[in-house]
Amino acid sequence: MSATLEALSQNLQEHLGDRLKSIKVALGEVTIEVDVADYLSVMQTLRNEPGLGFEELIDLCGVDYSTYGHDTREGPRFAAVTHLLSIARNWRLRVRCFAADDVLPSVPSVTAIWNSADWFEREAFDLYGIVFPGHEDLRRILTDYGFIGHPFRKDFPISGYVEMRYDPEQQRVIYQPVTIEPREVTPRIVREENYGDVDNA
Amino acid sequence: MPELRNFTLNFGPQHPAAHGVLRMVLELDGEVVVRADPHIGLLHRATEKLAETRTWIQSVPYMDRLDYMSMMCNEHAYCMAIERLLQIDVPIRAQYIRVMFDEITRILNHLLWVGCHGLDVGAMTMVLYAFREREDLVDAYEAVSGARMHAAYYRPGGVYRDLPDRMAQYQESKWKSAAQIRPFNEARSGSLLDFLDDFVGRFPKLLDEYETLLTDNRIWKQRLVDVGIVTPERALQRGFSGPMLRGSGIAWDLRKKQPYEVYDRVDFDIPVGVTGDSYDRYLVRMEEMRQSNRIVKQCIDWLRQNPGPVMSDNHKVAPPDREAMKSNMEELIHHFKLCTEGIHVPAGEVYSAVEHPKGEFGVYVVSDGANKPYRLKIRPPGYVHLSAMNEMARGHMLADVVTIIGSQDVVFGEIDR
Repeated sequence: MSATLEALSQNLQEHLGDRLKSIKVALGEVTIEVDVADYLSVMQTLRNEPGLGFEELIDLCGVDYSTYGHDTREGPRFAAVTHLLSIARNWRLRVRCFAADDVLPSVPSVTAIWNSADWFEREAFDLYGIVFPGHEDLRRILTDYGFIGHPFRKDFPISGYVEMRYDPEQQRVIYQPVTIEPREVTPRIVREENYGDVDNA
Repeated sequence: MPELRNFTLNFGPQHPAAHGVLRMVLELDGEVVVRADPHIGLLHRATEKLAETRTWIQSVPYMDRLDYMSMMCNEHAYCMAIERLLQIDVPIRAQYIRVMFDEITRILNHLLWVGCHGLDVGAMTMVLYAFREREDLVDAYEAVSGARMHAAYYRPGGVYRDLPDRMAQYQESKWKSAAQIRPFNEARSGSLLDFLDDFVGRFPKLLDEYETLLTDNRIWKQRLVDVGIVTPERALQRGFSGPMLRGSGIAWDLRKKQPYEVYDRVDFDIPVGVTGDSYDRYLVRMEEMRQSNRIVKQCIDWLRQNPGPVMSDNHKVAPPDREAMKSNMEELIHHFKLCTEGIHVPAGEVYSAVEHPKGEFGVYVVSDGANKPYRLKIRPPGYVHLSAMNEMARGHMLADVVTIIGSQDVVFGEIDR
């Protein structure tokens, strides 16, 4: 672990204390996990504390963990993952916050702390249906006007439910159920450990 | 006194200055913008969801189609993410080739930008000059990958193949005699590196030519100076990166601050703006082209002297060469597994960012150990810049909106993904 990462994880532990659910350093990156109740206050600290100094929010995205890995997964399904960057200290951080409810996932909005979260939260809402209370203008952003469903959820088929075409009889564009069959060329394979008696790393 | 209402105007999606399929609902008070509401997603192809259903390598060509003006930089971020998850090393020669092509891509992107930006604000000639030079650079793309745009040249573990020893030449035809095409073929008589060397020698002079057309041009300055000013504080708050951030006076460049590949071995400077207006961003991008030119020159010199492999020899990741595959059973198995099942990437997550011509282009991948990504998130710089549109355009005239879109350098392939 390099000196910068060590300093960062030390500062995180010092300033966040109990609010830190877990901290992990892997592949040269620091990931912290926080509880949804502490999320806003943690984000405030991360931005305002000079020892952390994350003045820029680089990315915020939703993740659906429902089909992760081999076995059926326990625990909450949706998470909001945020990537922060400190220009003054030249380090990065990943913050993961699981939404408590799977039916109506909700994570507080950080737009007041970093204005750049605006469109990222709209995107996460659009694609995953995670709502961000506190966001002033939570509309769909990437999908079509009048789109139904949240397309990036793992239970949403890749080909979707409806397709659009021009109908010469009605002389307008119509929506109809999809006619293409879903197919998978290369199946998804997660190898069991020590497959073929070799180290597969 | 009659009741006055603001006028609402639909800008795009078929406006020639909208740089693609931007639809913007503008609320106007007279000719002054009160509110700008960009509607995006008209080019949404769900690249990230598609990538979840393909093997790791099959998604490389999708990356070209994100920011279709800086193709190889997109691939770079994606390949680097996979390499970091796999913890494999890229041969040094491949790293130099990548840096060289990243900078060629930067020049390609900025040339197109200066051409189109000029076109938008009324400097018609620029686009003709810019495309003349782009032609040489897309020829370099074609020489290494066979495609002029969507190269798919970077692969996890290195680059697809080494630089070619000869360039394609113009052929004599009904319309062009042998004497007419001879000057065109002069620079093409040697290898790709000779061809690029010739370009790098010519390019600074050509840049001076562009600057005579624009930099001190009265009309150009009237259209750009003090339009769309972003203070450094607001730039950080809005998540800006790349030339947009440097135009506001913050010397932040991933190539310098968090160097990847061999950027710490090449010599270059970061230009920084002062006022943060569109004119400063123009100056920053022009200077960036000069710096990229310097980097390309240094890479050419190094690549001439240092032959070597350009692809990792880890055959769990990179395919073996054809000869070995046909004579060696083990390599045959590797080849078969790679082409049917694809590579397996250990479980974990990684965020890899490159200094893309437009800003910070990041790829966040979550892997669960399968032969396909579990989740791929692309962090497009243009998406963040465009989200600041309302703030930048408010209080400006309608015609300035075109300048601001131009100076943001938006491309919808990456914004809509």
